[in-house]
Amino acid sequence: MISLLSQLGRWSLEWFSEMGKMFLFLISALVWVFRPPAKIYLIVQHIKSIGVDSLLVVIMSGFFTGMVMGLQGYYSLKKFNAESWLGSVVALTLLRELGPVLSAFMVTGRTGSAMAAEIGTMRITEQIDALYSMAINPIKYLVSPRIVAGLIAMPLLTAIFDVVGIYGAYLIGVGLLGVSSGSYFSGMENSVVFRDVYVGFLKSVSFGLIITWICCYKGFNTSPMATGVSRATTESVVLSFIMVLVWDYFLTSVLL
Amino acid sequence: MIQIVKLHKSFAGHEVLKGVNLNIETGKITTIIGGSGCGKTVLLKHLNALLLPDHGQVIVDGVEISNLGQKNLNKIRHRFGVLFQGAALLDSMTIYDNVAFPLREKTGMDEGAIRKKVEERIYQVGLEGMGYKFPAEVSGGMKKRAGLARALIMDPEIVLFDEPTTGLDPLLGKSIHELIVKMHATFGFTGVIVSHDIPEVFTISDFVAMLSNGVIEEIGPTEEFLASHNPVVQQFIKGETQGPIRVL
Repeated sequence: MISLLSQLGRWSLEWFSEMGKMFLFLISALVWVFRPPAKIYLIVQHIKSIGVDSLLVVIMSGFFTGMVMGLQGYYSLKKFNAESWLGSVVALTLLRELGPVLSAFMVTGRTGSAMAAEIGTMRITEQIDALYSMAINPIKYLVSPRIVAGLIAMPLLTAIFDVVGIYGAYLIGVGLLGVSSGSYFSGMENSVVFRDVYVGFLKSVSFGLIITWICCYKGFNTSPMATGVSRATTESVVLSFIMVLVWDYFLTSVLL
Repeated sequence: MIQIVKLHKSFAGHEVLKGVNLNIETGKITTIIGGSGCGKTVLLKHLNALLLPDHGQVIVDGVEISNLGQKNLNKIRHRFGVLFQGAALLDSMTIYDNVAFPLREKTGMDEGAIRKKVEERIYQVGLEGMGYKFPAEVSGGMKKRAGLARALIMDPEIVLFDEPTTGLDPLLGKSIHELIVKMHATFGFTGVIVSHDIPEVFTISDFVAMLSNGVIEEIGPTEEFLASHNPVVQQFIKGETQGPIRVL
């Protein structure tokens, strides 16, 4: 019993210590964002790798998610003779929930893992030590620009996901299942308010922060052994997914 | 002069350095030898505060660097150049950009002046015409040369070499040693080399120190070190398996 308690105590201490390190890492990265000189070229470079390079996977997933929603929504709404609400249901679900969350998942899988692997490789090949030895702060050089890029790219990708998803559901609902085009868009127009767009935007910005923060942290603290990079990559993806869902619940409950 | 005083360092409860005392003479090349995993690289990384001691001091020209704030530490680090074991070139950049990197980040030099200086260093290390290549496209020896060019680009007073010939064939290893001697003659830096490359490394060293069991077992000018009667030193430099050093 005592050994179990001591083990629990050790885990708790390790967990709190890790959390503390993660928050200090984030604070340090955010402070370096505002310290001159600004690394604009690095921010643009990372917007390309987070945003442009994830575009195809976000469009594909948005399109098919919208198509599935068109199918599922139609068959559920038909039971209540409410097919005309399809546009409204699809738009609200995508804008408030699925758009931000699924595009965050796509970016985590496509770019977050690569981010952790790249920084992790830099750690084990002493490239991060090389930056320190050149009196260049690696957090300012490697982490802060990625966080800013995540904050900018994530809402844009989410907006694209939402639009493509709405069009995918339109193709199925209107083109295939016979919902009227007018009711699809008018339902959407009547039910979607600015707050829905704002909530989705707020979620996507915070997910951008969460993904870049966790993936950079895991890469930065890669252990110097053969499995170090693969473990950092896996942990960064899993933790990002979990944190996105936890934060999504928290934000939804506050902003509902 | 760099003074290391009673330096202790542990990792996860395992004490690697157990009170290292070592003086490194200005303008000379000092080589630290010792068995694999004995803590040579750990010791080297304390010299420019890449690692901080648990106890003890590292004093660079009278300044104790272990407790410095970031600004003052950066000033000290500007005086150092480091050639890492795997060269540690940033693999997203070409060799030219790697060498130019410290100048672009830490000086206000215009691109024309940077180009002139970078091309000069690239020429000095024998990589003329290779600047456009990425680290992944060149051999291990070329990476080390590029790493040395980057280490020397800020005209450092002290250059640290972490196993500069590891992973190279004997000819390439010798060429790197010759390059270190040539650069030392040109720039007059204080050199600290960590190496296994025995006996070749003795030909370029003014002083040799041996790290064993977490302390400096022996240090002296190269000739005196080689003539030492210390059985630990003699066993190690002769590469004998029988003697006071336990070989697994």
